[in-house]
Amino acid sequence: MTALAIEGVWKFYGDFPALRDISFSVEPGSCVALLGRNGAGKTTLLKILAGLSRPAKGQVKLFGQDANERSSRASIGVLGHGIGIYEELSAIENLRLFAGLYGLPEPESRAMEWLERTGLERVKDGLVREFSRGMRQRLAVARAFLHNPRLLLLDEPFTALDDRAIAVLQTVLRDALAEGRTVLMSTHQLREALELATHVALINRGKLAFTGSRTQEMLDDPGWIYRNYGEA
Amino acid sequence: MLFLRQTFTVMAKDLRSELRTKEAVNASLSFALVILILFSFAFDPTSETTREIAGGLLWLVFAFAGVLVLNRSFARELPNDCLEALISSPVPGAALFLGKALANYVLLLAIEVVCLPVFGVFYNVTWYSQPAQLALVLVLATWGVTVVGTVFSALTVNLRLREVMLPMLVYPVLIPCLMAAMQLTTTLVAGDPVAGDQLAWLRLIIGFDIIFTSLAVLLIDTVLIG
Repeated sequence: MTALAIEGVWKFYGDFPALRDISFSVEPGSCVALLGRNGAGKTTLLKILAGLSRPAKGQVKLFGQDANERSSRASIGVLGHGIGIYEELSAIENLRLFAGLYGLPEPESRAMEWLERTGLERVKDGLVREFSRGMRQRLAVARAFLHNPRLLLLDEPFTALDDRAIAVLQTVLRDALAEGRTVLMSTHQLREALELATHVALINRGKLAFTGSRTQEMLDDPGWIYRNYGEA
Repeated sequence: MLFLRQTFTVMAKDLRSELRTKEAVNASLSFALVILILFSFAFDPTSETTREIAGGLLWLVFAFAGVLVLNRSFARELPNDCLEALISSPVPGAALFLGKALANYVLLLAIEVVCLPVFGVFYNVTWYSQPAQLALVLVLATWGVTVVGTVFSALTVNLRLREVMLPMLVYPVLIPCLMAAMQLTTTLVAGDPVAGDQLAWLRLIIGFDIIFTSLAVLLIDTVLIG
């Protein structure tokens, strides 16, 4: 069973086609770097995959289930542009909240485990509004990974992260891939993304321009894919 | 079982957030008390007319003050894109809605309980002469206000002018519920029990609650995701 199957997905904003007949699939355990210029449609596609938006045409299946099914959302972890963390709650209250929403057994111990993995255990009772930006970002990573999702949808995860948060994210992503989880991440940070990626998908103006395995050529020269398959 | 756990988790989160910030409750309670006191200067508290319009006046205050709480319900999720984190989780839209509605309900009832003695003092009415029936009217009508307000709070959450749009959308829909609550409350604060023809107003509120709760639970996914 494929982790993710996208078939003929179209999305319109008014008359403007933000996504045009996107089709590709992702095998379990792969890490796909979703590339494209600003406005290419990466975030729109990730929002559809996360169930935050519905496609005008086409369908999306997550592990064989319709992406719009609430039950299929238990298997995904989403890290979008916003961190999805409540400022007026403490770090542990935020994680306990999401553990409860995901129906996790022993939410307290799961929350503590992720606070330790992201280096926030000493400030677990501190309110998020008092946190630095880097600490908030690490807490957002903990929130997205808390329920051990089988598929991770990350929208520009390395953007605006401090060095410690980048190190935390790279570590948990490597661990997730080693455990056989699937990752789909949109990014402009080609070097970081291509180091982790097993596959690459490139979107140009809402159309899929390239999909395939990541090659050594791409790793040696991150701009190669844009020169060969990107817009002129 | 998971549905109930998710519902109460959302409710507890909203109540905890509100108790920490007190942004909606403080504004709503202050507004309600100020309006009650200002209106009391406009009417002679000894006159029979004041007592006749007391129920209507009380529910107008509850409805105006309530919108301040309801406006914050989904707007609270906007910073840091928390609404997206909730929608992308496996929480059913109905659990999310009911959790938020229950939190709003608790806050509105608390504000009403504080306002009632103030109302009694400034309007010279014995509001507690039919306590059980008054409590029933408050509980039923406040649920109606809460359900409609919470749905429209979700609908207007992404609008720039949501503070203006919410009351404009909510009040026309609430007319049957508020009319019934006003009629019943006027009777009860006059010291008379609800009986006979008055029971039709009570049935109207119950019907309103059932219809709008069912519609909200069925439509909330469409409202949130489109």
